[in-house]
Amino acid sequence: MTTRTHVVAASALGVALSLAAPAWAQSRDQIRAVGSSTVFPFTTAVAEAFGKTGKFKTPVVESTGTGGGLKLFCAGVGPAHPDIANASRRIKKSEIDQCAGNGVTTMTELKIGYDGIALASSKKAAPVSLSTVLLWKALAKEVPVNGALVANPYKLWSDIDPSLPKAAIEVLGPPPTSGTRDTFNELAMLEGCKKLAEVAKAVPDEKARERACMTIREDGAYVEAGENDNLIVQKLLANPNAFGVFGYSYLDQNRDTLQSAKMDGVELTAETVAAGKYELARPLYIYVKNAHAGVIPGIREFIGEYTSERAMGDDGYLVDKGLIPEPKALRDAARVEAVNLTPLQF
Amino acid sequence: MTDLVERDAAAVTPSPASTTPPKSRLRSEAFARRLRARHAAERRFRLAGAAAVALAALMLVLLLGSIVAKGASAFLEARIRLEVTLDPADVADRNYAAPLRRALYAQFPQVTDRAGRRVLNDLLSSGAPYELEAMVAKNPALAGTTQTIWVRADDQIDQLVKGGYRRDLPESERGLSDAKVAAADALLASGALAQGFNTTLFTAGDSREPEQAGIGGAIVGSLLTLLVTMALSVPTGIAAAVYLEEFAPKNRWTDLIEVNINNLAAVPSIIFGLLGLAVFLGFFGMPRSAPLVGGLVMALMTLPVIIIASRVALKAVPPSIRQAALGIGASPLQTVLHHVLPLAMPGILTGTIIGMARALGETAPLLLIGMVAFIVDVPHGLTDSATVLPVQIYMWADSPERAFTERTSAAILILLGVLILLNGAAVILRKIFERRW
Repeated sequence: MTTRTHVVAASALGVALSLAAPAWAQSRDQIRAVGSSTVFPFTTAVAEAFGKTGKFKTPVVESTGTGGGLKLFCAGVGPAHPDIANASRRIKKSEIDQCAGNGVTTMTELKIGYDGIALASSKKAAPVSLSTVLLWKALAKEVPVNGALVANPYKLWSDIDPSLPKAAIEVLGPPPTSGTRDTFNELAMLEGCKKLAEVAKAVPDEKARERACMTIREDGAYVEAGENDNLIVQKLLANPNAFGVFGYSYLDQNRDTLQSAKMDGVELTAETVAAGKYELARPLYIYVKNAHAGVIPGIREFIGEYTSERAMGDDGYLVDKGLIPEPKALRDAARVEAVNLTPLQF
Repeated sequence: MTDLVERDAAAVTPSPASTTPPKSRLRSEAFARRLRARHAAERRFRLAGAAAVALAALMLVLLLGSIVAKGASAFLEARIRLEVTLDPADVADRNYAAPLRRALYAQFPQVTDRAGRRVLNDLLSSGAPYELEAMVAKNPALAGTTQTIWVRADDQIDQLVKGGYRRDLPESERGLSDAKVAAADALLASGALAQGFNTTLFTAGDSREPEQAGIGGAIVGSLLTLLVTMALSVPTGIAAAVYLEEFAPKNRWTDLIEVNINNLAAVPSIIFGLLGLAVFLGFFGMPRSAPLVGGLVMALMTLPVIIIASRVALKAVPPSIRQAALGIGASPLQTVLHHVLPLAMPGILTGTIIGMARALGETAPLLLIGMVAFIVDVPHGLTDSATVLPVQIYMWADSPERAFTERTSAAILILLGVLILLNGAAVILRKIFERRW
């Protein structure tokens, strides 16, 4: 019986391997993209439109987060590695080095547009106007009081500024693994903190100051609500005093129930972001591996579709999905560079 | 019942301290109090039990109720009736949007300006031209004729028909323009906009447009994955269980193996995903997002469950069966194959089906091997890129469009339906084949 057991087990494994063996030897005829969950809705929309033209297979798009996506993207050249990385921030020097170390020496960068980060609340609450300084004071772990950093004493918004509502500070936002949180830390927390001279006085060391600026309080005022932005939207409806931090597209889809706070007097709209007036806005990128163009079919055509006016234009389908496009002149320049696969110089 | 016991106890062991005869002891104040206390305790226990069941049932009803309430409307989709004249020139050009637009404009002769026509164009799903193209591809004789067809409406119109938008709000807050609402209302009034059964939901692959999105691709992906899982884990699992239970000597090594199998059954599923990433993708270089790799990972995950269930089923076969078979001259192999295994089969099948149901509902290990991805094409083989049902649910739940909310719930209902079928099959198989000794 023991031999029979072995035979059964071995034949089962053998069947599986023989099924698989020919498959991974052949090359890939389908574009693969990985990366940011913020860029995911846009790249998938382009992938679908691209697939419908019928000349190429619909690309497969994975949502892995910006960092995870660039790691996969930089792992090497060849059909086993993805062709395109979606990123909700610019690629870092360290990642370029990692890429180069694995043979990925030339890549094309394409800025597809912008995403605005909303600080939204239920329509049932009174509209408020915030600023990055107010946000920092509300959410930092330690704030300056009489020249020294102490544990954040503010419990109510009105404690920070009497003109703000007398409601407990409660902000629902993404966890530290999210790219949205990185951007929020950089654009809201760090910028707000820099505007306060007291912080610079209290913490002279630049590195320590930056860390103090970006550390979010852990006493319940900032609630890590997970990566699912729809969940945050629902929680805001249940609790009119709470604010939520999420991308522009979720605000756009829920305009009937949510309002976004003004940031230094500027409303979050596609126009204010594109004009660079709204502070909490970030550029979105895709990176294309030049070595794969011509090997994996359709890469140039895919970039052509991505940069076409029917996708990224002012009335393009990406705008319907919540993308905030760049002004036309910049778009046109970006299109020429991207379609020619002009390598990124860092 | 309880006071019978009390009477017996009183009769058999009369308390030496008591001076009253047993009969009057039964009527004594103290006895009545004890009896009441015991009855009360039993009532309390039953009430607590009933309350626990009621609470569990309430939770289930709430959960299912909210999913059904949210998801039921997704089984219907809004469609628009059009009188389409298929110009042969357009067919030759593969320009199927033009005939659809002409037919739509014909229903609104008063709209002539660009902005107004743009609103009308947005009533139709962006997939409508492809629907028309598919019709013509199936029947080329349609070119040059005029046909009455129903095409999918845009997801916003679909939601409007289903009451997903509040008409009382001003248009800036509603998220849907007054012009579109007016155009949709005009179509509704003339009967050219109506709801029908949503077949797209079952046949289509994923899409960014809710009205074109379906779980067809995910269902095929789930089937392919489960096929690989079953082909690997069922024979291996049963063989391992039979060997360990019937043939292996009981020593330190088999003890060690047993402990390890029990441990593996409790390992979080994401660990198996990490293993799959390192071994199948990293070492063997298998393709990402393939149901083959998903199936291999799931097989590793379900293997311990199947081994444990099979061993329990084999243990439950009385030793007398084995002794009788050996006694009339059967070899150990014949004993197992002809007698023990068939009798243990119902239990083994139950364990297998429960293991498969767990594999069907799993997403975590698939995240790492690239099956959490946007995949439009329905997979045709084990190495095509594919996703599975729970992953599809997870991705729809994360989409901002509100039409995806109801589709998420509908997909959950379908997954629950499949799981109920699987678990029901396990119960029925047990009922049919079970033997008691």
